[in-house]
Amino acid sequence: MSGVDEHSGETREDAPEAAPTAGPAIGKDEWVARHGERRAARAGRLGVVEARLRAAPWWAWLTLFTGLVALMPVGVESGYWRRVSFDTALLVLLALGLNVVVGWGGLLDLGYVAFYGVGAFAYAFLASDKYDLHLSTILVIPAVVVVGAVAGFLIGLPSRRLLGDYLAIVTLFFLQIFLTVTTNGDNLFGHNVTNGPNGILNVDPFSFAGHDLPVAHGGVFNVAYVYVALGIFVLVYVALRLVNQSRTGRAWRSLREDPLAAEVMGMPVNWLKLMSFAFGAAVAALTGTLFAAVNADVFNLSFSFPLLITVYTAVILGGSGSQAGVVLGAMLIWPLQERLREPADSRVLFYAFVLLGLLAVFRLSLRLALVIGGLLAFGFAAHAVAQAIDPAWVAGVGEGPGRAGDWASHWVVVPTHLAAWMPPVTYILLIASVLVLTLLRGWVRLVLLVPVLYLAAFVWESVMLAQPEPTRYIVLGALLVALMVIRPNGLLGEKRVEIV
Amino acid sequence: MDTFIQLTVNGLTLGSVYALIALGYTLVYGILKLLNFAHGDVFMVGSFIGFGTLQALGGATDPVLPVWLLLVTVTAAAMAGCALLGVAIERFAYRPLRDAPRIAPLISALGVSFFLANSMQLLFGARQRDYDIFSLSNGVLYLKGIDIGNVKVPLLRIIVIAAAFVLMVVLWLLVTRTRTGKAMRATSFDREAAAMMGIDIDRVIVFTFVLGSALAGAAGVMYALRVPTSASIGFLVGLKGFTAAVIGGIGSIPGAMAGGLALGFAEAYTQGYVSTRWSDLVVFSVLILFMLFRPQGLLGKPDIRKV
Repeated sequence: MSGVDEHSGETREDAPEAAPTAGPAIGKDEWVARHGERRAARAGRLGVVEARLRAAPWWAWLTLFTGLVALMPVGVESGYWRRVSFDTALLVLLALGLNVVVGWGGLLDLGYVAFYGVGAFAYAFLASDKYDLHLSTILVIPAVVVVGAVAGFLIGLPSRRLLGDYLAIVTLFFLQIFLTVTTNGDNLFGHNVTNGPNGILNVDPFSFAGHDLPVAHGGVFNVAYVYVALGIFVLVYVALRLVNQSRTGRAWRSLREDPLAAEVMGMPVNWLKLMSFAFGAAVAALTGTLFAAVNADVFNLSFSFPLLITVYTAVILGGSGSQAGVVLGAMLIWPLQERLREPADSRVLFYAFVLLGLLAVFRLSLRLALVIGGLLAFGFAAHAVAQAIDPAWVAGVGEGPGRAGDWASHWVVVPTHLAAWMPPVTYILLIASVLVLTLLRGWVRLVLLVPVLYLAAFVWESVMLAQPEPTRYIVLGALLVALMVIRPNGLLGEKRVEIV
Repeated sequence: MDTFIQLTVNGLTLGSVYALIALGYTLVYGILKLLNFAHGDVFMVGSFIGFGTLQALGGATDPVLPVWLLLVTVTAAAMAGCALLGVAIERFAYRPLRDAPRIAPLISALGVSFFLANSMQLLFGARQRDYDIFSLSNGVLYLKGIDIGNVKVPLLRIIVIAAAFVLMVVLWLLVTRTRTGKAMRATSFDREAAAMMGIDIDRVIVFTFVLGSALAGAAGVMYALRVPTSASIGFLVGLKGFTAAVIGGIGSIPGAMAGGLALGFAEAYTQGYVSTRWSDLVVFSVLILFMLFRPQGLLGKPDIRKV
């Protein structure tokens, strides 16, 4: 915030750097002035590196990122991974859009994926056999974006009078209405509008200037779509960035920090809320077109609660309010969810996560060595004891061994056959002990960490790997709760100070 | 006329279940100003605990206890289990966020809800669990009943409605006639002042969650007595219970009861007279209409914020 120096009448714009050493300056807001100080967290070399990285301009990061992603298909030739990167791009776009509503506007929109669905269905209406319209993509995409913005505007209309919790509920109910209407859409007053649960099939792929962009070449995902997605991502990122740096963005920030004060200061609060809804919905609708074009079949149940939670976790993990953060969050969450479908990779992910977690908590210290050493010793001992009692207790290796599985099969106890009572009992025991562990302190916690981690490995291998589908979502739900309790500002978000 | 009576009885049964769930939402909102999204999944866990207890006691086909004692035990087990679950959720997911911006516990509640639903699916699979009450004692609960006009109301429904009513009365007495109830009302009115008057806020909040979750557990059993339960019902039924709470006036206990019954009737009549496909839509639209035109609900007071 630049202010006028009362003595010399000049404007000073470098206050945040000057303030920490010079103390509060006359004519400046001290709290704002100490913003940089609050941000600077780490001392030493890491702090210097972080400061340098943060000082780089945002478009430099964007260019670097785009360049890296554009080069990626050169190295990665697997159609599967190209498809995964495309899907990650979809989640990135969704996260960017949600960031506008939640991070910048401060509005909890729980119906966000309905706009995604609206965009996909709108594209399907305009470019498929449903109504025999096969419009060119150049026309369809802007049309769908406008439709999305209008939908966001309309659904934001009830938000004018509602506070945070109620808004969340109303938006959630709009999502439910969307799902119900599209499910029963094959009989809306006698008209088949959305084909009900069967969805709209054979949606056109993108076509530019009359040339179709096929989704797959001989079964391999067409890498051109990754580039299309990347291009759209750059467009959306830059556009939203410019909006955020404009006076609309400043108004959003004031609305988010204190709606009442913003209103008193003359901000058009209702209009701002509607605009954030509209922008978020427009981005979601745009992503919907990509989704529809690539998937070729649009089913309304793709746009339901689990996807909503996924987008929210991506936004919260990355840091709501920070565009780069939500991009990072989405890029972490989607591949994670993908790899959790495969038991061999889930196993590796679990152990990697445990190791990273221990590293993050204990840093490189004696305690870390003690815990890891104790864990290994405990594991091998328990395995040996179990094997001695009954070899069938350790013979089951879980699903899909892989290299990690071979190693782990000597460490973790995985019975060939679990008694019916074992999964629920051990699972609940694990949850309870993890929760109790958060209440303990000191060496008791350290000592109990070892058996709890071993129990976690046991539950993961024996119970959770066998069912990837609920396990993926359990990981998401637990991650969301843990994030909100431990670090609500996520990876790159800013710690917000609530002014009471 | 017969259809009307049948639908009214349906509405009463549905409404009692929704009222119990709505009471849980209302109690927690009154104290913490938090919409407990996980409440619907606590309801679902209650129905599963009831199922497990029923199976442990021999199942509906071969129970070791007489019918009435069986039902009481199953309900009590579900209530106790859910109370414990509610306390755990409050302690670990909501208490750390008590002073955070209001969006934070909401998102945490979403995470807990998602976690619970998928955990139950992991542990018990996605298939439905049927209490199979029809087999209990040769279907006595279905065959015996009272007749209103030409409509036979089975004993089971009467038990459900009566039990729900009894629980609501007990709750009402607890909140209005006991000291702890007075502490709850004081805390919901002004938390800081209550703390200054020597009320242990943490204990009051825990007690609130115990009450609300126990009611959800009872509702879970009552729901599952008639309809097979599965791991995914928590979300939808929770939404409806929440609608009932808001329609009645969130924060108001008689409002929750009234809202629950009103919603039950609305759903029953829509299912009977219009179509089962659109009953959900009607329920959701009712909420949105209330939010737009009467946000304080039927029995609530308009929320005036002091600046």
